[in-house]
Amino acid sequence: MTTESPSVPSPAPALEMRGITKRYPGVVANDHIDLDVRPGEIHALLGENGAGKTTLMNILYGLARPDEGEILLDGTPVRISGPSDAIARGISMVHQHFMLVPVLTVAENILLGEETMAGPVFIDQNEARKRIRELGKRFHFEIDPDAKVGTLSVGWQQRVEILKALYRQAQILVLDEPTAVLTPQETEEIFAVLRRLAAEGHSIVFISHKLYEVLEIADRITVIRRGKVVGTRLPAETNEDDLAELMVGREVQLTVDRGDSHPADVVIRLEGLKVADDRGSEVVRSVDLEVRAGEILGIAGVAGNGQDELVEALVGLRRPTAGKITLDGRDVTGKGPRHMNEAGVAFVPADRQRFGLVLTFDVADNLVLTSYYRSPYARGILRNESAIEAAAKKTVAAFDIRTPSVRARLSTLSGGNQQKVVVGREFDRTLSLLILDQPTRGLDVGSIEFIHRRTIEQRDAGTAILLVSAELDEVLELSDRIAVMYRGRVVAILDGRTADKNEVGLLMATGGRERAPAAALDQAST
Amino acid sequence: MTAKPAAQTAKGRSVARRVWSVVALPLVSILLALIVGAVIILGSELVIPGQAFDPLLPARAYIALLEGAIGLPPALNPLVSTLVATAPLVLGGLSVAFGFKSGLFNIGAQGQFLMGAIGAVAAAIAVSGQPSIVAIPVAVAGGMLAGAIWGFIPGILKALSGAHEVVTTIMLNYVAISLFAWIVAGPLAVPGAPSPITPDVGNAAYPILIGRGGHLGLLVALAAVGIVAWLLYRTTFGFEVRTAGANPDAARYAGMRPRVLIVVTMSICGLLAGLAGAGDVLGTQHHVTSSYGTTVGFDSIAVALLGRSNPVGVLFAALLFGAMRSGASLMQISAGIPAQLVDVLQATILLFLVATPVIQRLFSLRGTKTGIDAPGTFTKTYVSGEPTVG
Amino acid sequence: MDGLITSLYGIPVAGLVFEFLGYLIGVLPIVAPIMLRVAAPLTLAAMCGVMCERSGVVNIGIEGTMLVAAFVGWVVGVVVAPLIPAEPSAFFGITPALLIAFVAALGSAMLVALLHAWLSISVRADQIISGTIINIAAFGVTGYLNELISKSSPTSAGAFSQFTPPSFLVQIPFIGWIFNMFLNQGPITISVLVIVIVLQVLLFRSRWGLRTRAIGEHPKAAETVGIDVIRVRYRNVILGGMLAGVGGASLSMELTNSFQDGMTAGRGFIGLAAMIIGRWTPLGAFGAALLFASSQAISQSITFATPSGNLGHLLLSIPGQFWDALPYIVTIVVVAGLIGRSTPPAADGLPYEREATA
Repeated sequence: MTTESPSVPSPAPALEMRGITKRYPGVVANDHIDLDVRPGEIHALLGENGAGKTTLMNILYGLARPDEGEILLDGTPVRISGPSDAIARGISMVHQHFMLVPVLTVAENILLGEETMAGPVFIDQNEARKRIRELGKRFHFEIDPDAKVGTLSVGWQQRVEILKALYRQAQILVLDEPTAVLTPQETEEIFAVLRRLAAEGHSIVFISHKLYEVLEIADRITVIRRGKVVGTRLPAETNEDDLAELMVGREVQLTVDRGDSHPADVVIRLEGLKVADDRGSEVVRSVDLEVRAGEILGIAGVAGNGQDELVEALVGLRRPTAGKITLDGRDVTGKGPRHMNEAGVAFVPADRQRFGLVLTFDVADNLVLTSYYRSPYARGILRNESAIEAAAKKTVAAFDIRTPSVRARLSTLSGGNQQKVVVGREFDRTLSLLILDQPTRGLDVGSIEFIHRRTIEQRDAGTAILLVSAELDEVLELSDRIAVMYRGRVVAILDGRTADKNEVGLLMATGGRERAPAAALDQAST
Repeated sequence: MTAKPAAQTAKGRSVARRVWSVVALPLVSILLALIVGAVIILGSELVIPGQAFDPLLPARAYIALLEGAIGLPPALNPLVSTLVATAPLVLGGLSVAFGFKSGLFNIGAQGQFLMGAIGAVAAAIAVSGQPSIVAIPVAVAGGMLAGAIWGFIPGILKALSGAHEVVTTIMLNYVAISLFAWIVAGPLAVPGAPSPITPDVGNAAYPILIGRGGHLGLLVALAAVGIVAWLLYRTTFGFEVRTAGANPDAARYAGMRPRVLIVVTMSICGLLAGLAGAGDVLGTQHHVTSSYGTTVGFDSIAVALLGRSNPVGVLFAALLFGAMRSGASLMQISAGIPAQLVDVLQATILLFLVATPVIQRLFSLRGTKTGIDAPGTFTKTYVSGEPTVG
Repeated sequence: MDGLITSLYGIPVAGLVFEFLGYLIGVLPIVAPIMLRVAAPLTLAAMCGVMCERSGVVNIGIEGTMLVAAFVGWVVGVVVAPLIPAEPSAFFGITPALLIAFVAALGSAMLVALLHAWLSISVRADQIISGTIINIAAFGVTGYLNELISKSSPTSAGAFSQFTPPSFLVQIPFIGWIFNMFLNQGPITISVLVIVIVLQVLLFRSRWGLRTRAIGEHPKAAETVGIDVIRVRYRNVILGGMLAGVGGASLSMELTNSFQDGMTAGRGFIGLAAMIIGRWTPLGAFGAALLFASSQAISQSITFATPSGNLGHLLLSIPGQFWDALPYIVTIVVVAGLIGRSTPPAADGLPYEREATA
């Protein structure tokens, strides 16, 4: 493992960051990071989520101040005081979450902050349109300056972001996870744009955690792990395995011994289920699915393909627009959350702080959130405090919830322990169906293992389990069967033990109907 | 044997610390408001014509305020009149606080109070001639019902359309003024009276229990504190109300019905404010005229905020403002300071409460609870037009 | 059978409705100036709302802001008028005292707005609570001071007077009444239309407008292109406060020449409702304000131009209190019917925290 740059004869760096250190309470986000980017170079910054890439770029962009270290532009030390200062020095940033105002037009978004004026008050719209058209022509993506940004596809929105940077005559362009929301085709198109920019002499910092991408696009790759630079590589001299090891540090494979499953009767059956989202557009388009007692059905899919709405329909938070849900042989279509809960459906929601918990209540009250009205927690209209507390103490012990007492405010618990409160409440009764939506998102390794183990135990106790996760690895590890969702439909159901990761990834990316383009194959392999 | 008392004092100290963490900011706010009030009194001396500048006027005003509130030395009648002024504030404060607990901002206590007053008069007239044992409950029920209706309307509007209660309850306050005036001048008017006035409530009047004017309403208010606290913290319904207030999404997830809760809660808010109005006419006024007015609506918001939406806190906050209202007239007479100074003090207290972070920094009150314990979701629901946050 | 009976009953009712509509068209030329006069303070409140909410700050303290301006305008006039005695000029009856009072009213409103800006932008208090407290405080402080000052039996500095439009304009057939509506007014009411149009153009054509709209929708996007979100919000809330101040001043310096406790009477809130109906645009809000004003204008017209026949009897039999309550009832109905169907700025009411300071 080497931390110095491979020696390549090249001009002086356009950008150099030396010894950048940034500490947040309890964590060192950047630990003496060195980075140099040459003119005309596409330099990839590779690292896992939370490795410190975004913090480093926020420092470059003046959105955060470093505790130590210096930034040099063309060899001159500079102090970047804020975004407008960064822009003035020729640095532009394309954020992971686009910094575009949907209700404004393309031209307005590009102009914002850098308005072409006709007089002291009014904006010169015509001049702006002209300049935007010219820029688009130069980089081969012509765009209607008067289109509302909210009506554009994400690929085009990204191009608006890049135009924004070019309009400001950026020499250094930082792109934070630019392909996260793009299709393989769109990714290819953006790569073409980036190559053209680099050819014109722009320096590009490309932030990503996708190995195949950085190998394809970058001239050099700097890998960051836990706030430190762990290596710099040339794409020709490295491969995915090498980069993965640098990025992750060790070969970690969280595997649980899932044992054999013994599927029994069908617990829940969905027939032609259709569900609309908040804006009324149909995002679950006729799903047929069944889950048997004693099996785990995993739903794989890129986020936003209808999984959230499907789950909400199953637990009664959202009314299906068509189709039928049968639970233990009874039609439960359109029943509310209380009915589903009483019918033996448990639900661990993805956004636990929003749906699953009341942070200002104590642990005990959170544990009875769905059963507070039932005996023994209630006697008539009265709460039975002693029963609530006794049950809470049992669950706290059984699920190893670390809390000073059952009367401690939930907001004082760590994220892992908060999730254990949800899991404890939902697992700790006789169930027919258990729905887990991103059950381990944002948790530490210990909590993840704990929850996986408990899930397998539930399955072996004869519960039907539906697992939705954005982590393909998690789905592959736990599921007995895997359903792949693509644009509101289940496009394939695979055996969980024999499913190939590449195959699932391809189905997730394309729905299996199109021939896979090269990039999608690559994506599936990571 | 020495360990035990030590442990006890340690425990006592931790209880004291907890109490301090809750009352520190309200107390500091009250003190600061009194100082600001003193400055305002001094400043206003410059405006009052034909008076020599008296640097001690603020002190004289506050002493008069205190004397008016409890008597110097404390005496029964001023104390009783303070309690009489406190009772509607307790009920109004509970009305607003109950709304806060469920995430609703009831600015409509004013209108609900007026409706409660006229409802009680109407019911009392309907059963005039009946003995007190019948007339009082009927009149009280009439007031509660009228108030509850005035709370139900914004509740159902919000549940069905998302119209925010902040707008609808304020508008209903103005509608209540007109409706009240019409009822007093029309259906309930004493025929041939020179100016609009209703008949006396007769046997429905609250009996006097103590001192000059210390009527049954004092006990009603005290009982309401207990009942509301019991409802909030001891019943499953209260758990639902508090859950909906703390996290409406979690309430939906848990199978509660936030929209139904909104309607029921707003009706209860109205009922409590209506009970306050009923208490005022049955206990003190005994009839109403078209010029009947009240400040209970605004005072109730102040009481609920200062009392941190807690029923017991409401009781203490109401006592403070009740004493101020009750003492204000003596202050006006003997120190020449308009009774509206109480409004100024009240508003200043609220301003200091809402500026909590600044006060905490200025007085290094780290670790104290925030000055205001109301859900921070009003602006969100107000803007979104959704009945609940989501 | 039932249907037949209903339709038989329906005919005279429909007749009355048509008669009423005809009456409305008939009195429009007379009522229109009243309508604009009533709408002026509502419009100015709505403009304050547009300024604030377009940049992402909810301000329900407009009511209190107007009340303070109304009081300060009146009281400064009372104090200054004896010091600078002057005859009202022919031009809107302006005197130096009135001008000074007007400026003071605006200044006081800006101070109140600054308080709201500070509480909601810097302290990050819940903006509804902040606004409510400002309303309570405004009511209390003006009430106290009014009581104090009324002891000295003050004499008012008078009020702005109405402009008399040249008669040839007013007498133009069919459209003359429009000139009368907009010109037979005091200076504040006349300027309302100008303010509305200027704001409309600025909001959608100027740099300030673009930045304001961007900040109200996506403050972080604005921050990343170097715009100071906090500063723009402060500026908008304070300038909005100034407009609310103009509205408050119109109550005590143009429509009347005196101050009464709580004289804003919910106008700040009705203005906010107008803003919602007008979909956060100045012109739309102005139109909505005229709608709100019409109910009050009609109730006035009924007393001085009572229609004849059954309709007249019917209208006169409606108690006055109903007309008093009508604007508020209309507001409730409109808010309940329209909210959710018009979309506010996406970041409206959300406090903004800079990443760099986090």
